[in-house]
Amino acid sequence: MAVVETDPSANAGMEDGVRRRDFINIAAVSFAGVGVVAVALPLVNQMNPSADVLALASIEVDLSAIQPGQAIKTSWRKQPIFIRNLTPAEIEDAKKVDVGGLRDPESLEARTKPGKENWLITLGVCTHLGCVPLGAAAGELRGDFGGYFCPCHGSHYDTAARIRKGPAPKNLVVPEYAFTSDTVVQIG
Amino acid sequence: MIRIIAFLGGLGFVAALLVGALMPREAAEEAVTEKFFKEHKHVSFTTDGPLGKFDHAQLQRGFQVYKEVCSACHSLRLVSFGDLTGIGYTPGQVKTIATEWTQEQPSINPDTGEAATRKNLASDKFPSPFANDVAARAANNNAVPPDLSLMAKAREGGAAYIYSLLTGFQEPPADLPKDSRPGPGLHYNPYFPNLNLSMAPPLVNDGQVTYGEGAPKPTVDQMAKDVSAFLIWTAEPKLEARHRAGIATIIFLLIFAGLCWGSYQAIWANKEH
Amino acid sequence: MSFPWAKHYEPTHPFMQWMDQKLPLPRLVYNAIGAGYPVPRNLNYFWNFGVLAGAALVIQIVTGIVLAMHYAANGAVAFDSVEHIMRDVNSGWFLRYAHANGATMFFIVVYLHIFRGLYFGSYKAPREMIWLLGVVIFLLMMETAFMGYVLPWGQMSFWGAQVITGFFSAIPVVGEPIRQWLLGGFAPDNAALNRFFSLHYLLPFVIAAVIILHIWALHIPGSSNPTGVEVKDEQDTVPFHPYYTAKDGFGLAIFLIVFAVLLFFAPNMLAEPVNYVPANPLSTPAHIVPEWYFWPFYAILRAFTVDFLWVPAKLWGVIAMFSSILLLFILPWLDNSPVRSTTYRPLYKWFFWLLMFDIVILGICGMKPAAEPWVRMGQIASAYYFAHFLIILPIVSRIERPLPLPNSITEAVLAKHKAA
Repeated sequence: MAVVETDPSANAGMEDGVRRRDFINIAAVSFAGVGVVAVALPLVNQMNPSADVLALASIEVDLSAIQPGQAIKTSWRKQPIFIRNLTPAEIEDAKKVDVGGLRDPESLEARTKPGKENWLITLGVCTHLGCVPLGAAAGELRGDFGGYFCPCHGSHYDTAARIRKGPAPKNLVVPEYAFTSDTVVQIG
Repeated sequence: MIRIIAFLGGLGFVAALLVGALMPREAAEEAVTEKFFKEHKHVSFTTDGPLGKFDHAQLQRGFQVYKEVCSACHSLRLVSFGDLTGIGYTPGQVKTIATEWTQEQPSINPDTGEAATRKNLASDKFPSPFANDVAARAANNNAVPPDLSLMAKAREGGAAYIYSLLTGFQEPPADLPKDSRPGPGLHYNPYFPNLNLSMAPPLVNDGQVTYGEGAPKPTVDQMAKDVSAFLIWTAEPKLEARHRAGIATIIFLLIFAGLCWGSYQAIWANKEH
Repeated sequence: MSFPWAKHYEPTHPFMQWMDQKLPLPRLVYNAIGAGYPVPRNLNYFWNFGVLAGAALVIQIVTGIVLAMHYAANGAVAFDSVEHIMRDVNSGWFLRYAHANGATMFFIVVYLHIFRGLYFGSYKAPREMIWLLGVVIFLLMMETAFMGYVLPWGQMSFWGAQVITGFFSAIPVVGEPIRQWLLGGFAPDNAALNRFFSLHYLLPFVIAAVIILHIWALHIPGSSNPTGVEVKDEQDTVPFHPYYTAKDGFGLAIFLIVFAVLLFFAPNMLAEPVNYVPANPLSTPAHIVPEWYFWPFYAILRAFTVDFLWVPAKLWGVIAMFSSILLLFILPWLDNSPVRSTTYRPLYKWFFWLLMFDIVILGICGMKPAAEPWVRMGQIASAYYFAHFLIILPIVSRIERPLPLPNSITEAVLAKHKAA
């Protein structure tokens, strides 16, 4: 029977040859692995927010039409935002409260911008289980502390939107915001 | 059995086809459009070729041409104002462009609920100059000015075609048959497949748009080139990223192919095949 | 199928032994594509295309699934959702171009795979089942590709759907009701678009299942080889791993290079510009042309221009177009030659290459507008296509005198090396 292997003396370099051959195989497979990871990155990253969603990550709101005692509801990152122009009486009420005795201790000062403490900007999402509390629109119930009231499970927020009574663990969240002018605020 | 049916079927098809093939036909006359239609001119852009890149200065000039000439009739609905940072504008400049844009964004009057407009934000797409197609036709001699976002990919010849069209308006040649002469509201342009189009030449005078310091002179030719380049960008804003990724990928794959070749040779070294 | 000398799977690691007892998948892989599958040693590069077709399917499924996370299948938003992918989704342009050009790569590879089958007689006994399953896969691929092209809802998407579904109305009596049933309406609209999306997502997995059957059927007789002479003993074969895994790795690298050149530097070369215009049912594009892989069949469809034997031309065209693919099902029984590989069939070889040339001509005719000289050329080329399979092949395969075959694969390999 004809022999189809090449001359056995070629295998004299076998030891060295095996290592060299293994190396090239390992190199090829490793390169393939690097390639697989390089391709996996865009496949995973495509699920991250797209450019048009990120463009709406930040909004500007003109506050000039909001009178003291009024509040508006608007939307930011698809969530409700309450923007309230506190009256001097509401500011008084907020400052009178003993901060240390609060479930989620925060002063009004910490929740507003210096010189703009009448502007209370919070997420309109109850920190209990996520309902939208009442109190922003005219005529809505404002709860026992004159702020916001969540009808789902009875959380009461005060004039600084801090939790005072009911199951919610935290005050209404204050998002990142800044005044770009006297009457315009940029949220996010 | 199957073979017989197949054989007969084959004969049937062949017969039907040969009857059709052997039918005499009238010599087709060359269509008027074929005789007078011209292929697009040869023009180069910085985006040509595998290493093509955008020239931001040119794209900004092109945007200026779009803004001052084309946007009166043509929408750019797939591009948002914010995308303009991709041609070198800062976010501040983009905001100004958006708020000062003549055509405002449709919205609703919050008190009466009637249709209204509001200033554009950076996140808004470019608004259409017309409320809808019917309004567009009414204002343009029953033709809808097409959206330009994808125009550089939506026509044979791409940006070269756009450039040729913009610089190709001319008097119809003397031997153009009477039927093909442009009627009222139509304009002869041999680069347009149907020879006569509803758009009046948009770029007629040098200096129609004023370019800034250090820019080339705004001749009709230059403005046409610049707006065509701008439209390449609106159609393919990711072109540069694509080219860069491509170079990296090809280099990686060439090395990988080399390694695979070495591996293959090593494994088969002792086996004749 | 196991050749008696096939290596046996013997796991050494305790975890692998546990796996082997509970769910012997590693054993299955070892026997199917690993060291336990002996394969002829003389396979040439045309044998790479099966694996490449599988790779192309995986690429299409992966890119397709991520695209489906962003695509919206409603006529009002479909076009814009694709542009949203191209412009806003992270690396969306890459995913979309990969999927569109991946379809082209899939068909290039499958056509070369079919070419191999035709030239080397892979469809002949005992491998007829593999061939039949392959034709089923090909049909499923074409349906999937057609529906996928409709999804971006451009001008060609809409009008291509209009033309293809229009075929059915050529069938007498039941044709029009069938067409309306397919479309869920009188013309392609939301009903059609939504169901095409659903089926386009489904069919690739059906293709994957049929591919498993296809490979299973292959493993019964084992792979053929360029001589067409069956494996006789151990010398004729090498284990699939590492010999052909290495060769397939190299083939994959070349495939990816071609794919990358298309994707990154010429992504719209094979696209129709008019599909970047949103669908408009009131305006027909100047030339309705399908994707390149359908061109030969489109030429056959349009080649029938006269009513013949009481059958209208349009119906001839539809029947012929479907027949041109369906005749592949009976190919193993049309070809009566006892010799598999065209290498050893000198008379048939001429006709084979004539067929290849003919298919190229058909492709060109399919791309051109329906005007002379392309119409006549398409008619003659279509006539040859049918004559080749249904008339010439059965006769030539019976009357030709084949060249003497090598006694074994090993003999052929040695002869090649002595001559070299």
